[in-house]
Amino acid sequence: MSKKNPYSLAATLKRGIITENPTLVQTLGMCPSLAISTSVINGLGMGLSVTVILICSNVIISLLRKLIPDRIRIAAYITIIAGFVMAIEMLLKAYLPDISASLGIFIPLIVVNCIILARAEAFASKNTVYRSFKDGLATGLGFTFALVIISAIRELLGSGKLLGFPVLGASYPDATLFLMAPGAFLVLGFVVAVFRKLNTKKEGK
Amino acid sequence: MSFASVLSIMISCIFVENFVLVKFYGICPFLGVSKKMSGSVGMGLAVIFVMTISSLITHAVDVFLLIPFEITYLRTIAFILIIAALVQVVEMFLHKFVPALYSSLGIYLPLITTNCAVLGSALVISQKGAEWGFIEAVLYGAFSGVGFMMALVIFSSVRERLEFSPCPKTFEGLPRTLIAAGLVAMAFMGFSGLKIF
Repeated sequence: MSKKNPYSLAATLKRGIITENPTLVQTLGMCPSLAISTSVINGLGMGLSVTVILICSNVIISLLRKLIPDRIRIAAYITIIAGFVMAIEMLLKAYLPDISASLGIFIPLIVVNCIILARAEAFASKNTVYRSFKDGLATGLGFTFALVIISAIRELLGSGKLLGFPVLGASYPDATLFLMAPGAFLVLGFVVAVFRKLNTKKEGK
Repeated sequence: MSFASVLSIMISCIFVENFVLVKFYGICPFLGVSKKMSGSVGMGLAVIFVMTISSLITHAVDVFLLIPFEITYLRTIAFILIIAALVQVVEMFLHKFVPALYSSLGIYLPLITTNCAVLGSALVISQKGAEWGFIEAVLYGAFSGVGFMMALVIFSSVRERLEFSPCPKTFEGLPRTLIAAGLVAMAFMGFSGLKIF
């Protein structure tokens, strides 16, 4: 593993999705992963929106990394991110009004999602454009992966459906608790624990 | 503005629609700062302070600037810049004039810019549109901040006890914290549907 280029696409993807998964390992961006993970469609919508914004903001920040003065960099990053968030917000409203309505206020709140700011500060401001692009893609996919897992569990347990199709049959009593606030915390807690267990097992080998 | 509607906003912001435990705004500081009771009190006070002022200013910008000129699509960027600037101003003001308060709130202030509770409350108020006056907006911001602080204080006292209890290694740290938060959120579900009028 150590001989391989740490910035290759495969290595970056592995880091973003598994070993340094932004939600399940680094525990960043908790608000959206708890709030909108009530159905797989919502999770996918949120995950992919964040991925697109993350790629765009990483590329732009990496392009401008030598121009942005150090003292006002956070404000500059937030402005760049907010620009892309607004674009996505308007695109979703125009082309995917259902998803836009069910994600609601959490689309504008992507601005303060710590994952994007963390990648800008920790990676894009120090690395080349192509590497930042790959990092944005990998981190975004890692976030999407985590959201899909959490929302699949919540949708399955909470309403017996998956992607809107009934899976568990009509006799399944809906555990609505999993669609409400406490269910979100409980499911995320168990998913983080299982993910950590799997990760440490792998390292031990 | 009658007393009854003030009470109604208060109960709904603090209990029924608690920002953290029901609506999931501001989870990051909720999980990050709640290790110690003293830290959560400081963070809570800082959030109440900033949220009250930011609700007033963002509402004013919304009503007098964004809506008349039909540029409401710029809301997100306008609000986040206002909040970032405001946090900076508050920090400098406290540093200069109230050093005692600054030394206790100081380290929490920069974190507030990226606290989605502050931007969240500004956006919720803007969705109510012009039907909400300034008093409602300020009350909503202030009481949502109080709700945030209450959740933080309750949860930090839970965590202080949790520190000393044995737990399987895989669940140490975040998973255990999340499950405890789930149980606290379950208690808050008891308030759902509570209406005064």
